[in-house]
Amino acid sequence: MGGLRVAEALRRFGYAGPVTAIGDEPHAPYNRPPLSKEVLATEVSHEAVAFPQRPATEDVNWVLGTRAVSANLANSTVTDDTGLVHEYSAMIIATGLRPKRIQVPNGDLQGRHVVRTLEDAIALRAELIEGARIVILGAGFIGCEVAATARKLGCAVTVVAPGVHPIVRPLGTDLAKELQRRHEEQGVAFRMKSSVADLVGVERVTGVTLDSGEQLDCDVFIEAIGSDPNVEWLDGNDLELSNGVLTNNDLQAIRVDGTVVENVFAVGDVARFANPVFDGEPRRVEHWNIPTDSAKRVGQVLAASLAGDAVALAAAKNKPFAPIPSFWSDQYDMHLLAYGLLGLADEIRLIEGQILGDCVFGYYRRGQMVGVCGIGLRSVVQSFRKEFQLEA
Amino acid sequence: MTIKIDVDMTKCQHYGQCVFEAPDIFRLNSDDKLEYTAEADDSERANIEAAIDVCPMQAIRIVE
Ligand SMILES: Cc1cc2nc3c(=O)[nH]c(=O)nc-3n(C[C@H](O)[C@H](O)[C@H](O)COP(=O)(O)OP(=O)(O)OC[C@H]3O[C@@H](n4cnc5c(N)ncnc54)[C@H](O)[C@@H]3O)c2cc1C
Ligand code: SF4
Repeated sequence: MGGLRVAEALRRFGYAGPVTAIGDEPHAPYNRPPLSKEVLATEVSHEAVAFPQRPATEDVNWVLGTRAVSANLANSTVTDDTGLVHEYSAMIIATGLRPKRIQVPNGDLQGRHVVRTLEDAIALRAELIEGARIVILGAGFIGCEVAATARKLGCAVTVVAPGVHPIVRPLGTDLAKELQRRHEEQGVAFRMKSSVADLVGVERVTGVTLDSGEQLDCDVFIEAIGSDPNVEWLDGNDLELSNGVLTNNDLQAIRVDGTVVENVFAVGDVARFANPVFDGEPRRVEHWNIPTDSAKRVGQVLAASLAGDAVALAAAKNKPFAPIPSFWSDQYDMHLLAYGLLGLADEIRLIEGQILGDCVFGYYRRGQMVGVCGIGLRSVVQSFRKEFQLEA
Repeated sequence: MTIKIDVDMTKCQHYGQCVFEAPDIFRLNSDDKLEYTAEADDSERANIEAAIDVCPMQAIRIVE
């Protein structure tokens, strides 16, 4: 997604030169959020999730089904898995994340799933048949969304997770508890403060053993325990890659010695940057608006610098990059909408509505609002969005 | 020239992200439901393109 958005932004800001996009998936860029929600509940196809292609980016050279295996920043080259070496004037890293997996003794079984790619969703959809018994490890957003979708499809669902309540980080105890209650009302069983010690089955998974020793029978086992950044292909270039790609405020990559690589940028889930709306601490933000917002910044800065247009470059850099993190989540008839970085809060308060119905929570750090999240009541949630706008 | 806008209301979840990009075209009504103007002047094109980008459900299209 970030790759597509950078190409679009480069064109919008006047860059007319060649653009090559290397992607290891066989498909043109598509939208991931529906893969755990409405699309998973119906029919999963590329057509249902593909991003629209725009005339301005028709001449982008899409090198799909091809993996970048290494980069040499000193020579400005990227090597792909066919052995081809691509030279660049500027490189944008938009390789996103991959799901974490658990390592267990009896792990090599069919019926194990994750949800990140279209292929993942197609494979999972085929096994979410009515009456199937599903165990989901992980009660974050994706785990909860898949639980809701699987219930909708008539599956029996048990969620196993180490936390006290689902999505307790970043939602906070009150909202997380209520979320659990609503899931339970829909028939989802929870094994919180638990983990999976091993899988049961020969060839195909037939159950899981929890760390408590309890055994749960299942036909499908889904791992939704977070993700790791895809950065290994950048090794050997002295970049700071301890958690994604560390960047400055223009999303230019930073080396371990703190120096900036002028012509290498990172966008989307993989980029770790400080957001002046909150503080100077660099963070990765796994929200859907970040690829688009970061790509816009990169497109503007890079188009100006490739054109040698000092005036446009100064104008681009004049305003700090300060995206407003936003996310949403659909589970049953529950629609969550949030702005800000909820996870930073040291205090969480109900500010509107009732917890059993539609409600809005405010998230505060040292008395200052750092996030807002609502179930329903979108206009109220939206009215707080300006709190996260950097003063001009 | 005018442009025609189409929102697939079977997809739209009324998140109102579009409202921030093209406030003259999109708004949430008092029921928190999306309302929009189906025709706009070409000068709005950039804003509408931005709204298309930020729509989580990818529900907005320009029909030429
Ligand atoms: C199931 C699901 C539901 C989600 N729901 C929501 C939601 O409701 N709200 C929300 O705000 N966010 C949601 N997100 C998060 C959102 O989709 C991501 O933030 C967004 O997709 C990030 O875009 P990206 O371009 O950074 O990464 P990606 O979209 O992951 O793109 C990275 C691409 O790079 C490819 N790649 C990786 N390594 C290489 C390599 N070495 N060579 C070539 N190609 C490579 C990957 O295969 C992938 O195609 C969800 C994500 C998932 C998976
Ligand atoms: S951003 Fe998309 S989903 Fe949200 S209200 Fe606008 S059209 Fe509907």
